[in-house]
Amino acid sequence: MSQEKLSILVVDDEQVVRDSLVHWFTEEGYEVEACGSAPNALSRLASREVDLVIADIRMPGMDGIELLEKIKSEQLDTSVIMMTGYASVETAVRALKHGAFDYITKPFDPDDLSVVVRNALEQHKLKRENRMLRQQLVENHTLTELIGQSEAMHHVRQQIETVAAVDSTVLIEGESGTGKELVARAIHRLSPRRYNPMVVVHCGALTETLIESELFGHEKGAFTGAQYRKKGKFEAAMGGTVFLDEIADISLKTQTDLLRVLQEREIVRVGGTQPIHVDFRVIAATNHNLAELVKEGRFRSDLYYRLNVFTIHLPALRERHGDVPLLATHFLDKYSAQMNRKFTGLDRAAVDLLVSHHWPGNVRELENIIERAVVVGREPLVRVQDLAIAKPQDGTDDLTIETIERRHIIRVLEDFTWNQTQAAKALGIDRVTLYHKIRRYNLKPPAKATRA
Amino acid sequence: MILVPIGDFPEALLAELSRRTKIPLGPARIDPAVAWNPARGQYDSTRLLAELKAHYPGPVIGATVCDLFIPVLTFVFGEAEMPGRSAIFSIHRLREEFYGLPPDPALLASRAVRELWHELGHLRGLAHCRDAACVMSPAHSVEQVDTKGESYCPVCLERLAGEQPSALSF
Repeated sequence: MSQEKLSILVVDDEQVVRDSLVHWFTEEGYEVEACGSAPNALSRLASREVDLVIADIRMPGMDGIELLEKIKSEQLDTSVIMMTGYASVETAVRALKHGAFDYITKPFDPDDLSVVVRNALEQHKLKRENRMLRQQLVENHTLTELIGQSEAMHHVRQQIETVAAVDSTVLIEGESGTGKELVARAIHRLSPRRYNPMVVVHCGALTETLIESELFGHEKGAFTGAQYRKKGKFEAAMGGTVFLDEIADISLKTQTDLLRVLQEREIVRVGGTQPIHVDFRVIAATNHNLAELVKEGRFRSDLYYRLNVFTIHLPALRERHGDVPLLATHFLDKYSAQMNRKFTGLDRAAVDLLVSHHWPGNVRELENIIERAVVVGREPLVRVQDLAIAKPQDGTDDLTIETIERRHIIRVLEDFTWNQTQAAKALGIDRVTLYHKIRRYNLKPPAKATRA
Repeated sequence: MILVPIGDFPEALLAELSRRTKIPLGPARIDPAVAWNPARGQYDSTRLLAELKAHYPGPVIGATVCDLFIPVLTFVFGEAEMPGRSAIFSIHRLREEFYGLPPDPALLASRAVRELWHELGHLRGLAHCRDAACVMSPAHSVEQVDTKGESYCPVCLERLAGEQPSALSF
């Protein structure tokens, strides 16, 4: 059984050293290449990945430590072992401080060399595996959070994958509760900026003064109460993503400031004069029709065009009814696990009720309803009576328990064509209790009962 | 393939190695002095390999008592072209006397056979093997030489069988 082919790049200005190390590592079963200088090594590393670099410290021109610094500053994915012809504690410390895995003195004891190389490669492999697994976890998690088999959701997921890789501004449009922040987080997590923060600004929740300070930061004494200098969200993003939620809610003055930041990539703290360079990506979200607001003069057209580079429209839940059972099961599993309850699913009538609901509050409303059902319901199945779905009637929105119970009993009775025994069973109460409730609410079967 | 001595090599041991590996003996043609490095007090293994190639037209493995080195390493037990037609191994550090112990001719012969098979494996293109019992497992100390077996593991054997016999038949 031969060793898995790991790759090594030997960097030494002496031909004889290169030759003997290449020969030795080939025998050891590695894939080996050699370069006579640090610049050559860097161009080699730019064109292909190498697991381990073994470089001499003393080389004419760029020396080994400079090469090591370059490798580390460019975040090349490789381990480095430094070698030198003479031992010096100072050089060893320098090499290790700059991020070398280890340091060896020529000539090496074959056993020492083999152990150092094996350890370096083992660590490199583990790091790479760890990064890969973390990445996979993030990707799996990110895309499975956006639940839905509907065509609309497939399209949304595709758009997320497409736009995550590029650095353009994204505008997410969708009603409240459709998951705009979830989409923003997914884009951030799949983007090259994922190792930097994503900062969220809920624009609607902030007054004009506060939002300026929130976005751009402020200097000490900029306004009453500003006792300390504070960094704004654009600075805090530090190469990451700024998510501007409810972007339509900002004033025309803040829109102007925001437009300048998007154009110049510079901010000036409130009360400050010094422009500060900032690196960020903007994802904005709104539940309004921005184009309409532009027409009405309530939103700056130039800011709209700057934000509207790539738009993702999130469908309302009523536009993808087919996804409701899937989402309901997902939330049921989530809250059952959180609350240590043993729900296995929803009964048929409960599913039908969920599917037929109009969902003005979208996925958030569905999530809340399922969370409540997990609290109040009886295991193992969620039943209709566990679902606090209110149907506004005649334009009024009466949400008293009595009204809801009345509507719900009517619905279940209709489902069972007014068979009170079956309806009582579905409601989880005995027939006598149902009878009393029918009398109390003065319910009467229609002339000809039909299934709802 | 022939087995040849480089410099003074114990004749009895050379004959035993030839008998155990079934590799015929060849004439001595190389003076190791050409590879002597006074600074290191050792013999340059790569230089001796080049001498072997120059003095023997066919596949050859040289046996020596000289302490071998390559520039970056303190010593080597042997070296081989991979793949190729010349290889060399040394018994200098396989002898118990090197470690201050009384001589043990049987142990020395057993270690020398392993080194010989090991270098021949490289000649046939085999790299080091992870199977600790395989003769192709890496040995950077005499203890490691002692822990491995005298034969190839099934995987290495299969690789050897897959090779074209060419001029190298043991």
